[in-house]
Amino acid sequence: MHYNWHWQVLLEMEPGGTGSYLQYLLVGLLWTLATALAAWLIALAVGAVVGTLRTTTMTWAVRLGNLYVEIFRNVPLIVQMFLWFFVVPELLPTALGDWIKQMPPPWGSYVPAVLCLGIFTSVRVAEQVRAGINSLPRGQRFAGTASGLTEAQTYRYVILPQAFRIILPPLTSEFMNIIKNSSVALTIGLLELTGRARAMQEFSFRVFEAFTAATVIYLLTNLVVVLGMRALENKVRVPGLIAAANSANAAPMAGH
Amino acid sequence: MGFDFEVIRTSLPYLFLEGMRLTVTLTVLAMTGGIVFGTLLAMMRLGPMRWLSALAGGYVNLMRSVPLLLVIFWFFFLVPYIGAWITRSDQPVHVGAFVSALVTFIMFEAAYYCEIMRAGIQSIPRGQVWSGYALGLDYWQTMGRIVLPQAFRNMLPVLLTQTIILFQDTSLVYVISATDFLGAAAKIANRDYRLVEMYTFAAVVYFVISYGLSTLVKSLQNRIAIR
Repeated sequence: MHYNWHWQVLLEMEPGGTGSYLQYLLVGLLWTLATALAAWLIALAVGAVVGTLRTTTMTWAVRLGNLYVEIFRNVPLIVQMFLWFFVVPELLPTALGDWIKQMPPPWGSYVPAVLCLGIFTSVRVAEQVRAGINSLPRGQRFAGTASGLTEAQTYRYVILPQAFRIILPPLTSEFMNIIKNSSVALTIGLLELTGRARAMQEFSFRVFEAFTAATVIYLLTNLVVVLGMRALENKVRVPGLIAAANSANAAPMAGH
Repeated sequence: MGFDFEVIRTSLPYLFLEGMRLTVTLTVLAMTGGIVFGTLLAMMRLGPMRWLSALAGGYVNLMRSVPLLLVIFWFFFLVPYIGAWITRSDQPVHVGAFVSALVTFIMFEAAYYCEIMRAGIQSIPRGQVWSGYALGLDYWQTMGRIVLPQAFRNMLPVLLTQTIILFQDTSLVYVISATDFLGAAAKIANRDYRLVEMYTFAAVVYFVISYGLSTLVKSLQNRIAIR
């Protein structure tokens, strides 16, 4: 059994006429990054709020936060994608729903994909934020109270600045996850990198060239993210707190 | 248009006897295969042979760097060629979506199970290995009777949590048109144009099962925790 490689296919024109297959895949990478970055902003904002609320003394906020996390953690990402794409527009007022359904491509897929991925990842960010806050010595909180700060002030000036610097390494791996998870958006019609590799395979019948090219592009993207985040981690590391960062990270976590 | 419960009720047998059966079969077989292959990978990574440990490390990092969907596509086209290579045929062998998905999930999840088992093996004090050798046991006996059973026990909650993630991930076989639970729901949804009902119901079922299992894992974790 033998497979004839034909790498020149990457330089051939794709049927849409926008350029070579290689350019076609690289535009896919741009869509992957545009989806991941926009979703990451949502994930960080919502995750920070939910994760923080779950460590406060307000019982109702803790309960609400727990409910939010359990809902979005226990439904598969592709099902959540379908809910945002097919179900949410039907539940909204008719005019708004129709407006969403009539958004021109690719925005009709892009917007639900970003919302879905952002909310899905916010749950994982919230877990990291909570773990980071809980890894701080309790004395920090007491010291804040003893200095006459309110609970909100203690969080703002004492706890959160330390917690965020501690959880940077686990957040890095969440960021790599959001890049990989954005591929699920192909199921609602977004032509990101994996979707375009699949399309290229269908147009050109060059199966393994298309998937190898996409794999290499993902590997290079990962490399850039890892190097960039490592530089950032070195810059914001809390002096003398290496141990705390490690203990927040020590237990092996299941996940992707 | 109101919410139509009737379409859910009439499709229950198809959803569960066909769809959910495939989902559960796939999850159980992929978990078993993934843990076995993952444990072997972990032993290779921790072993003394440098090239073997580099090979296993490279494999694990590769699998963890690419999206599962891309891996599903890879194996969907690769498995027929692997089949041809094994059977020495000169044509790609036809395999169904199920076999292809099973191979994918075993190969992919093994990378994640490997990292869990590696942490588990490393949590066992070295003295346990030395005492095994001192008693005259060989490598496989020491591993099989002393190290792995303890590592497995320590890591059981994490292994099970990973399996819940695997259970959710099997829904991605939708892209190769396998009739798992989501695939069955999607087929009914499109046939009867009942997308709201079917996808909402699918979400609720996945939620109930995943949440139930994770609650069980949590209570198990509290029971076997070393106090």
